This record gives sequence, structure tokens and C-alpha cells, in this order.
Amino acid sequence: MKRFFAFVKKEFLHIFRDRRTLVILFGIPIVQLLLFGYALTNEVRNVKVVVADYARDEKSREIIGRLQASPWFQLVGTADNPNQYESILRSGKAKEIIVIEHGFAQKLVHDRVGKIQLIADASEPNTAQLIINYTTAIINGAPPASMIEVKTRMLYNENMKEAYNFIPGLMAMILMLISAMMTAITITREKEMGTMEILLASPLKPIQIILGKVTPYMILSLVNAIIIVGVGTNLFGVPIKGSLMLLMFEVMLFIFLALSLGILISTVSANQMAAMAISGFGLMLPTILLSGFIFPIKNMPLPLQIISNLMPPRWFIEINRMVMLKGADITLVWKQTLILMVMSAVFIFISMKKFKIRLE
Amino acid sequence: MRILFYILQKEFIQIFRNKGMLPIIFVLPMVQMLVLVFAATFEIKQVDMMIVDLDHSPVSRQLTNQIMGNKLFRMNAFPTSATEAEQMIQASKSDLALVIPRDFDKKITLHQNPDVQILVDAINGNAAQLGSAYLSNIILDFHKSVLMQQKVAGAPEASVIEIESSFWYNPTLNYRHYMAPGILVVLITVIGMFLGSMNLVREKELGTIEQINVTPIQKWQFIAGKLMPFLLIGLFELIFGLTLAKIVFHIPFVGSFPLLFGISAVYLVLVLSAGLYFSTISDTQQQVTFVVYFLMMIFLLMSGLFTPVESMPTWAQNIDRFNPLFYFVRIMRGIVLKGAGISEIFNDFVALLAYAVGMFSLAIWRYRKTS
Repeated sequence: MKRFFAFVKKEFLHIFRDRRTLVILFGIPIVQLLLFGYALTNEVRNVKVVVADYARDEKSREIIGRLQASPWFQLVGTADNPNQYESILRSGKAKEIIVIEHGFAQKLVHDRVGKIQLIADASEPNTAQLIINYTTAIINGAPPASMIEVKTRMLYNENMKEAYNFIPGLMAMILMLISAMMTAITITREKEMGTMEILLASPLKPIQIILGKVTPYMILSLVNAIIIVGVGTNLFGVPIKGSLMLLMFEVMLFIFLALSLGILISTVSANQMAAMAISGFGLMLPTILLSGFIFPIKNMPLPLQIISNLMPPRWFIEINRMVMLKGADITLVWKQTLILMVMSAVFIFISMKKFKIRLE
Repeated sequence: MRILFYILQKEFIQIFRNKGMLPIIFVLPMVQMLVLVFAATFEIKQVDMMIVDLDHSPVSRQLTNQIMGNKLFRMNAFPTSATEAEQMIQASKSDLALVIPRDFDKKITLHQNPDVQILVDAINGNAAQLGSAYLSNIILDFHKSVLMQQKVAGAPEASVIEIESSFWYNPTLNYRHYMAPGILVVLITVIGMFLGSMNLVREKELGTIEQINVTPIQKWQFIAGKLMPFLLIGLFELIFGLTLAKIVFHIPFVGSFPLLFGISAVYLVLVLSAGLYFSTISDTQQQVTFVVYFLMMIFLLMSGLFTPVESMPTWAQNIDRFNPLFYFVRIMRGIVLKGAGISEIFNDFVALLAYAVGMFSLAIWRYRKTS
């Protein structure tokens, strides 16, 4: 036992000696929390628009006034010639051109129909759709009152705070990064440096070496997870509706899974570069894009949805969202928890098979 | 000049000797691009919903049928009460529930406003929210058509503003056209920054850098020698990736390819130099990986690839001026999708050029042959 503790102490010393990496390990979640919490949003705001007003009557000016007053739009210029439209959109000077036809107010009165043309830069299709919708809403004004009242209730996120959506995903990503990637790198580094031979020749059993290597990262991951949940709860008001114990249990399970994945990667990587490439490309990018963190899984084509089922973060994010944000208990997440357990068992089994006691 | 040539030869031999890394350098980015462009979309395919019809009247059934006929919505559960519907949403079994109240038919016939309720799972992404907005519109349209059937008399003909909208450069609002050039940019950046920087730090770690340092090679030659192989690899991947994107996703390539090529070269110099700069201040591969990863992530998230830049607060947009990805994504989309020419992207290009020159000089200046 004493040997084991000495070994763990050595690993901790390695980590703390490398101050730069340590700063970044804690910096990444904090910076991401800042970005997602305060800077990034899918909403449309301050969209630059250009108005081509060929009418210049009171009706057109009224509409332009409403557009200017709206926080969604920013009037950056005018156009008086259709030839200008192309270069305005191409250079990105504006994302939308609003064309009010000649004699607009007159036509509204006499013909009962006035035409406005909206030209949107659809190279960003999502934004373009929203821009058209918002512009249409502003031009039309308020809808008549004699209609069905549709009351929409946003469950679990009444105020539509974006923070709710990304905290679970952020946790998955950070835990994967620290537990899987760092574990893989540290074990491979010993192989590459040649110090692994020394470890293997020592009285330490291989299982003790592996456990000793992952323990510091397990603790670091746990600390990071607590920081993320803490900042989320206190700064962004993200609730923990479900049982905190269940949440912590799932977090520990996921950390365990990520660690075993890291060990598995280290057994198949010959050097650090390979370990980093596999965990970087093979883990991080798919984690961000295929796990449901940013892009909803239901929108993806079927083959990708199937692949997504193989990704551990996908299940963890779902569990996290349900327990933290919807207050689900174990009866609702048992299936996903079981999947995570099975995956961990598989990773550990394969790692143990592949771990070589003798060096080739 | 001859020295540079020999250094390049050495670098290329080393790269291609590393058989394990070759698929990672060449195959992985292409695979990732294909996979990720298919995945990265906010287009909604389907919304799982439930309808709780407490009225069971002909009108409510009419509304239900109309919604069920809409391809966007998929009825996947049939709860009998609002409470049951809420439980299903909590279990993530469905995204949306429409509750039609008991007096729906009565109120419509009496020209009153029935209280229709939509329960939305606001957690599972924006699909439910967009679905609920769409559903509200369907319900309003339904009400309008019912009113017209009842021939509500009296209201004078109001004047109508006819709004005609056109979507330029992407009339079908194809999300893939939007994502593919952007993801390609990301992948090339990753290759550039990671590989370029790791290469140099690896030499430091293994100690072979000392042998280079004792030669009379000049600093700029060494840095250029580390940079150029990955510049060439990056450009090659750009061509390959764009061709692949054109074939698989049918991305229309409207602008001038030589222009894009030239600007990409400038961009790669910028990114590679940045990576090399970080290698000169790092001691281990691990450190450099994390620094590069950290920066890449910030650049990526703020680049305008996933979320619009204008929606960010002013302080964030100011920081974004230092983000090379911000400029390059704009340029790439401008040239590929909008057919922009040099005059239209001039400002972005000058910014990139200035940064590239600055970063390259910084890397050379920071590199020390003696420790």
C-alpha cells in the first residue's frame, strides 16, 4: 500500500510541476462557461440591414423607423440602385436588403396592396430564416386580437435561459478531455520516454501502475465537475432539480468510463502524438458534434444517429439533462446508466487484454 | 537557399517515415468533414409530439388531423391528460404536447377565444421551440380557415402588405452549403496548428533539436523549414477537401479558386506560425497540445461558424478581431458561396496578411538557438 501511495504522490508532483497545463485545465471550463454564458447565442441580434427605399413616403418612413427602433436590426446604410445589392451582400456589409417599392403608400390606399421585397443573404441559412421572420413581424405589426390564444409553456426552462442547454454538454466535454485525453497522454509519455520500463521492472504490479496513474486525474476531473456545476448554479441560475447524490453518482460513473477509455487509448498508441491525435480527433470533435451537445441528434441523418448511440458522452448528456434540469430519478435514467456501465466494463476488459507486461 | 531546400527534404522524409501518422494526417480530416457536415445542422427533421384532446369534438378532431398530416410532427404517444403528458416530457419520451381544452368547440362556435396550451420541452435543444412556434402558426391558420368557413361578416377589407422574400446564394437554405466550407477551414486549421507545433516540440523533447542548433542554420531558415511542409500539406488538403465537398454535397463553387488558394496560403502561414510560436515557449508536447487546443476552442466558438458573430456582445466582438478564424470563415464563405472578389473581401484579407506577417516574425524572434 505504501508503495502505491508513493507512486500516486509522484504522479501528483508531475502534474503540479507542469503549471502551464494545470492553468489550462482549469482555464478551459471557466473560459467556456464565460463564452457560452455571456457571448454565444443562437438568437438574432444587431443584424446589419440596408434599406432601398424607392417610395420615400410617410408609410415607408414609418416602417423604417420601426426597424431602426428594434434591437434586432441595425440600419447600416441605404441603397438606391439594384446594382448595388450584389456587392452589399457579398462584402458582408449587410445581411438583408429591404426594398420598398415606388409609390408604396399610394398603392396601399388605392390598390389595397403594397409590395416590399426582402433579400436575405442565405449563406447563413439559419440566420437568414430568422431574419426574414423577424422583419416580416416588424413590418406587419401586431396580429389582430380576435384569434385563438395559444399559451406556450416552456417546461423546465421557463425563462429560456441558454445556460441550461450547455452546462451538461460542457461537463461531458471537460471530463472527457481531462480523464480520457490526459490519462492517455501520461501513460504514453512514460512509454515514449522509456521510463515505463523502469516502472514495469519495479515491484509495482501493473494494476497498481494503472490505478496510480489515473487517480490524480480522477480527482482533478471531480474538482472540475464541481466547479462547473457550482458556477452554473450560482452564476447562471441553473437548477439541480433532481437528487444531488444521483447526479454525483452519474458524474463519477462517467469519469470512470472516461478514464478507462484513456487507458484503452494508451494501450493502442505507440507515442504521445498518436495518443493525442486519437483522443483529440477521435474523441473531442465527435463529442462536441455528435453527442447532442450543440446540434440536436434528431436532426442528423439516420446513420449518424446510430453512431451517436455509440458515443458515451451522448448518454451522459442525456442523463445529466434529465437529472439536473428535469428532476428525473433513477427510474427514468436506469437504461442510460446501464449503458454507461456496460461501456466502462468493455473498455476495461479490452485494456487489460492489451496491456503488455513485456516490452516488444 | 540551398539550406532551406535540404531542411525541407529532411522534414518531408521524417513526416512520411512516420507511418502511423499518415492516415491521421490525410484520411482523418476528410472522414471527419464528411461525417461532421452531415451532423452539424439545425434543420429540424422531426418533432415528436403528443396531442391531448379533452374536447373530442369534430372541430378538435379536424385540428388534430391537420396537425398529424404535417410531415414535421410525429405523434409518438397518446396521453389522456395534461399531467400524463408532462410526465412523458420529463422522461424525454416526447418533445411537445398540445392540450386542447374541453370547451374548444363551444368557444369557437360562440366566436370566443379557447385556451389552447402547448407544453414544450425547453431542454432538448431548439427543435421543440421552433416546433412550438410552427405549431402556433398552424393553429392560427386553422382558426382563420374555420372563421372563413363560418363566414364572419362585417370586417372591412384591410389593406395588406405583400412581402416577397428571396434568399440569395443559397435559395434552398441548404445547411450543408453553409457548414462544409466552415468545417473544412476548421480541419485545416487543426492540422496546421497541431501538427506543425507538435513537430517542433517533439524535437525538443527527444533532444534532436540540439543537433540542429549547433549547425550554422539561421533562425528564419529553421522556422520556415518547419512551416513549409505543413503549409503544402494543408493546401493539398484544401484542394482535396473542396473537391470532395463538391462531389458529395454539391456545394456550388461560385467564386475564384486561385483567389481562395492564395488567401488560404496566407491563412495557413498565420496559423502555422502561431503553432510554432507556442512550441518555442513550451517544453513538452502535452503543454503545446493543451495550449493549442485551448486557443482553437475559443477561436472556433467565436468564429461565427456555429453562432452568429453579430449576436455577441460588443466586448466579445472586439476580442474577435484577433481571431484568425473569424476572418477566414467569412472569406471562405464569401468566395465559395457568394462569389466575392478581392475588392469585396479586401479588409478581411489585409487583416489576415498583417497577422500572418506578425506571427511569422514573432515565431522567428522567439526561437532561440541557445538555451
